[in-house]
Amino acid sequence: MSSEALIPALLAAAWLLPLLGFVIQILWGPKSSRTSRASALIAVGCIAAGFVFSLSAFVLWGSGTGWAALESHGHDEHGAAHASAHGEASHEAEDHGHSHDRDDAHGHSHDAPAGEAAAHGEEAHVADGGHDAAGDEEGESAAVDAGTGSLEVITGNFYTLARFGSLRIAIDYYIDSLTITMFVMVTLIATCIHLFALGYMSDELTEDHVDHSVHLPGGKHLHRPGRFYRFFAYMSLFCFSMLGLVLAGNIFQVFVFWELVGICSYLLIGFYIERKSASTAANKAFIMNRVGDFGFLIGLMVIWTWFGTFEFGTVEVDGAAQAGLFEMVRGDDGQLTVEDGNVILHGEGQRTIPYQLLVIAGLGIFAGCVGKSAQFPLQTWLPDAMEGPTPVSALVHSATMVAAGVYLAGRFYPMFTPEVLLTIAYVGCITLFVAATIAIVATDIKKVLAYSTISQLGYMMLAIGVGGWFAGLFHLITHAFFKSLMFLASGSVIVGCHHEQEMPRMGGLWRKMPITAFSMLAGVIAISGLAIPGTTIAFSGFHSKDAIVATALGYTQLNPLHFLLFLVPLVTAGLTAFYMFRLWFYTFAGKPRDQHIYDHCHESPAVMTVPLIVLSLFAAFVAIGGEEGPLAGMLKFSEPAGVSAGLTAGEPALIALPSADYIHGHVDAAGQLIPEDSGRMSPHAEAGLYALLVAFAGAVLAWLLYGLRIVNPAEIGRHLSGLHGFLVEKWQFDTLYDVMFVRSTRVVAGWAAAFDRVVFDGFLHSVCRGTVNVSRWDRKFDESIIDGLVNLVGDSVFTVGRSLRRVQTGHLRQYVMFIAVGVMALFVLLFAFAPR
Amino acid sequence: MIRLANDPQYRKVLPDMGTIGLEHFLMVGAVLFVAGVVCMATRRNAIGVLMGVELVLNGANINFVAFARYMPLGLDGQVISLFVIVLAAAEAAVALAIALSFYNSHLTVDVDRGDRLQG
Repeated sequence: MSSEALIPALLAAAWLLPLLGFVIQILWGPKSSRTSRASALIAVGCIAAGFVFSLSAFVLWGSGTGWAALESHGHDEHGAAHASAHGEASHEAEDHGHSHDRDDAHGHSHDAPAGEAAAHGEEAHVADGGHDAAGDEEGESAAVDAGTGSLEVITGNFYTLARFGSLRIAIDYYIDSLTITMFVMVTLIATCIHLFALGYMSDELTEDHVDHSVHLPGGKHLHRPGRFYRFFAYMSLFCFSMLGLVLAGNIFQVFVFWELVGICSYLLIGFYIERKSASTAANKAFIMNRVGDFGFLIGLMVIWTWFGTFEFGTVEVDGAAQAGLFEMVRGDDGQLTVEDGNVILHGEGQRTIPYQLLVIAGLGIFAGCVGKSAQFPLQTWLPDAMEGPTPVSALVHSATMVAAGVYLAGRFYPMFTPEVLLTIAYVGCITLFVAATIAIVATDIKKVLAYSTISQLGYMMLAIGVGGWFAGLFHLITHAFFKSLMFLASGSVIVGCHHEQEMPRMGGLWRKMPITAFSMLAGVIAISGLAIPGTTIAFSGFHSKDAIVATALGYTQLNPLHFLLFLVPLVTAGLTAFYMFRLWFYTFAGKPRDQHIYDHCHESPAVMTVPLIVLSLFAAFVAIGGEEGPLAGMLKFSEPAGVSAGLTAGEPALIALPSADYIHGHVDAAGQLIPEDSGRMSPHAEAGLYALLVAFAGAVLAWLLYGLRIVNPAEIGRHLSGLHGFLVEKWQFDTLYDVMFVRSTRVVAGWAAAFDRVVFDGFLHSVCRGTVNVSRWDRKFDESIIDGLVNLVGDSVFTVGRSLRRVQTGHLRQYVMFIAVGVMALFVLLFAFAPR
Repeated sequence: MIRLANDPQYRKVLPDMGTIGLEHFLMVGAVLFVAGVVCMATRRNAIGVLMGVELVLNGANINFVAFARYMPLGLDGQVISLFVIVLAAAEAAVALAIALSFYNSHLTVDVDRGDRLQG
């Protein structure tokens, strides 16, 4: 079996195993004992096997491409060394001879738009419309042979469900390095979370679970059977849905799994369904997502109407290759071709789509991403989703639900026009700022993490919007690791403190739970983006956030009008560091605030701490090597064509996107080369410096306020009570939506109810009354006329019979006389009256 | 019937035998019939009633045979009268059985006593 066929099979196995686990658990779970861990072990086994399959697909793919993706391609001296140090990729070391070359080999060669490729030798990186490859022309390019071309993007069809005319509804796959990276990431994190949940959910392993948050009338608490197996069944379904979404080869399939992810999050957020807050939060999450999905549907319709296909990549249909969406819109060079307000579509036939409709399609799909990734203005569901058990929060916030939105935005990047990208950038920008400010005042440990997730998702969206495709997805992966780590750590704290979630009642916990505290610290440092100044030695978050801020800076330098797109993320980087360190100091440092909780606090068992340690290692080192490291290489390998080349203003919109070379300071805004020794600071270095400064400032401020406690933060809150209240009330978003939508809906519903009552009910009632009256008359008619006639006939027959009775005397001789007389009478009558 | 015999249309099929013709046979049949009916209506004895029935049947038989002889009916009249004779025999057997049974229960064969079936 060739690896081209084996990789989809492996990934499909990784995808379907959790479904198998779900089916087994949901069928067998109700029959098994409530105190048995067996079903949970099935779930863990399925997802762990999925991880193994994903990893082997990764290895297969890597060896098939000669590990080209992991090679450093840049001006990085120690990239290869970093790469080989990387945990899961240590087997790639064979091949670093060919660092700089892998585009021309695989039949994908494009004309370098800037002809200077040959001009500046080895260190020059003129993007050439292909992936991101350096255009150096040394003789080794053949080393990564033509065979790798087929593994770049593997598309195909598992099963065709239906065909309506030319519309195919099919289960397809679209596998590139992004898919494989996502698979490994999702399955790895999900495995850790499943393991953690084994410990976290163990209080459900009982026949009689008491839910202390549900108060029944009479001052009692709710008693119910434990739901251990159900939790794990839902988790398995969740993983299945997310993996299906990642593997999907067409946008319709994405939509199906998109909804599956939504329903799983609904089930899990509402896991403690008896709690009013949990069921409300589940509904809120589901309904908020429906709002975004409405846009998604509109996008789907536009795509179907104008493109006639849902496929991402080129697939074979009836033996003929049919161009996918990306191919149609972007062609080979990754640029839109616009004529007279129409976008010329590549592929067979001379099809076009009006530019405005392409914008609408992009905005529609993005609306779906807004709902799923909790972006402004649909962000309010995510903090409420904290009602679910903590492992669910960890899964929702890192690997599955919210990642789906960013993943789709990244996957669908070739379909987005510059206007759509600008919208994405601003939505991300607003989101990241709003969420970060709320996180500063939140006191619930999980709420802080929830808002930080929203904020980080905003960063990802912003990155995608400003043309930093790679930066956004880079942050998606690194964030998944440290955010799942931090959620699990907070879960460990919550269990240790006996379900206390308010940080003002914690403090000093690091002495009691050191493993949790220090793995959490790794996550905090990672998300804050701290690094050793002057080097790039840092945890993962630094690299990805650096990439985002740098792209944003490049963007604002090219489009000075949109300076906020750099300023806001920069300030928020400081806020991020502040609120994350605030969380850590609040929880783990200083003196205990509540002695009772502190005394009863304990470190979690190994089943919970081992995933923490694993994840903290990944949170720290997954992005090792920064933008030249192996993870970055994996992602850049599937970067859509034309992204790293940037975009010049005026074609097709008045927005310029920075090219990768511009960000790294190799060319200036006009595309002219900058000499190495010009001493000019590249946007990347500049932005990195600023970001590091504000991050340190934020961290130090948090240390002063919450670590040393030089000022009581509550005092500051009192002084700024207006602002503080505004932030505590989450920018009044819930109130605003309540006024705008909930109450107005209720008013309209009241009108509708009154209309129903008065008009519809009145009409119906009068119709009914009329019918009753008509029926009454009809009854009278029946009773008098119809029945009367029938009775008359019956009565008269009866009367005649009664009168004839006397004739029948029983005397035989009399009958004979009657006969004789009758015959005589007949004769007489015959002779008298018969006509002659 | 007299008119029928005098009808010139039938004159040629009637044998020119002077005195005895279809009318005479019909007269005998009518007399027998009336005698039978009167017997049935007047006799109280069940046996007598049966005898009356026989008279009526035979009166009818004479008519059949006479019409068969004087009218172009072929053998149909004779065949029907044979049927009637057979039927009469069967009827007599049943009727005598009824009479016997009636006697057993009532110790009489007076038909006026059997008025249970009155309305």
